Amino acid sequence: MLYFLVVPLNYIFAPKPKKPHLELNPHSLPEAILLIIMDIKIQNLTKTYGAQKAVDDISFEVKTGEILGFLGPNGAGKTTTMKVITGYIEGDNGNVTIGGNSVNNSATKGYIGYLPEHNPLYLEMPVIDYLGFCASIQGMEKSLVPGRIREMVKVCGLNAEKHKKIGELSKGYRQRVGLAQAMIHDPEVLILDEPTTGLDPNQIVEIRELIKNIGQEKTVILSTHILPEVEATCDRILIINKGKIVADGTAATLRKQAQGKQVLHVRIEDADVNTVFGKLQNLPTVALVDILDAPMNRFEIQSTQDTFSNREIFDLCVKNKWALTELIPFETRLEDIFRDLTLN
Amino acid sequence: MNPTWVIAKRELNEYFDTLVAYILLIAFLGLTGFFTWLIGADIFIRKQVDLMVFFEVAQLTLLLFIPAITMRQFAEEKRTGTIELLLTKNVTNRQVVIGKFLSCILMICIALAFTIPYYISVTQLGNIDHGATTAGYVGLILMSCAYISIGLFASSTTNNQIVAFLISLFLCLLFHFLFDMIASGFTGMLGEFFSMLSISGHFDSISRGVVDSKDLIYFASIIILGLFLAEYNISKR
Repeated sequence: MLYFLVVPLNYIFAPKPKKPHLELNPHSLPEAILLIIMDIKIQNLTKTYGAQKAVDDISFEVKTGEILGFLGPNGAGKTTTMKVITGYIEGDNGNVTIGGNSVNNSATKGYIGYLPEHNPLYLEMPVIDYLGFCASIQGMEKSLVPGRIREMVKVCGLNAEKHKKIGELSKGYRQRVGLAQAMIHDPEVLILDEPTTGLDPNQIVEIRELIKNIGQEKTVILSTHILPEVEATCDRILIINKGKIVADGTAATLRKQAQGKQVLHVRIEDADVNTVFGKLQNLPTVALVDILDAPMNRFEIQSTQDTFSNREIFDLCVKNKWALTELIPFETRLEDIFRDLTLN
Repeated sequence: MNPTWVIAKRELNEYFDTLVAYILLIAFLGLTGFFTWLIGADIFIRKQVDLMVFFEVAQLTLLLFIPAITMRQFAEEKRTGTIELLLTKNVTNRQVVIGKFLSCILMICIALAFTIPYYISVTQLGNIDHGATTAGYVGLILMSCAYISIGLFASSTTNNQIVAFLISLFLCLLFHFLFDMIASGFTGMLGEFFSMLSISGHFDSISRGVVDSKDLIYFASIIILGLFLAEYNISKR
């Protein structure tokens, strides 16, 4: 019954023929040219809620093909920044552009895929219908929609649940639906606010791989509380605290900045603890020696600034005919860097 | 497909998915049918071949039902946060508001379409004034549009459905009865002004079979104002 009433209206609201984004013939061009450059540029963004400054004059840039991990304690301004980038709220000051266009014009919104913080979904809708709705509202061509839905269902592991209503799904499956809707129109920019919450470990690994693959050609920003996740997925880390950027760089550069000195854990056998301690302390590159475990002959050694003492320790053991059974370069954990930067 | 239409279709489907549509249809047809054919000043008692009783009852029923169907539109989306997802898609605020408006008016049109058998039955009984009946339907649709835009505005002011329902019910009552009552308390300019604001007065003048530009301008301005305010409310966040 409904069908007959709906069909005539379809003619009234018949879609206008859409111009393709690229008017070049894709088959005659090398792949590099097809990569659409969609850099995100944020300049002096400030946003206040009442008396509280959520975001305080931050500027950064994300390049196409880069995955940016957005870290920060609760209330640091991560979600606010992401909302501004998606055009949902406007900053008080500053400028946010995607591919050179302001995020406030609706054409730019079509290039963004967004997974908000609490993953809001229409609970009464079946998964497939919901994905279809998202695809067509993003202006996807009608003939392409079913194929794209099938692809997203497969990629996000929703096959068994695709006919259920979203309200009947568990949290993890809802999260997958949230990811699927964000990626359904193959956006150039993906903004993911805590994408892996509620997923099981296997799914987390799959989603990370998926994000990494997408990140090769697209611009991705993801926020998370899980620090190993940032290391596993992101090319670059941005730590934000009280609305200000406190660190920006790769995991390796952040470590180097935070640590400065090399730390080694060694175990030297066939010798007296105190003799070894004395000789280690006398090495020129060693700044500090600490006995970790006396009966087991284990030490922590900190080198002086910008030097490495591995070789000297090895030479020392050879000279004295000691057995060097452990030598572990000890890295500062990302957790420690994070605590250092955000707890002052 | 046009995003406005995509939204309208989704909202309309949701009415049918959540049973709201069926409850509304049954209650609307039950009430209007009951009073038109069976009880009170029904057609057989009045012995007049027209749908006047139906139009009277339909006005009151719609006055109650329209706030009930519009209350969800923005309030629920704000409460669950889906509004954020919707507005960050490739749509403008205006397309969202108009899409939701279309879904509500389509819902009402479906309900009114089910009353066409009344019209057909009455034509079998004698010579009906086709012009007046058509004008009555046009009047009902225009009145519904006005109430829907009031309801959408009310829904956009809050994230609580009950509050939205009460605000829109109050505003609809104001336009339907209260302005008339206030108007009868005044004379001259002020009285004329208030009676001009009353929806039922404009509805009556349309349902007499004369579609005056004054009435059309009146309905159009309520609809545009309501939708404009709703759009303003959702753009402010």
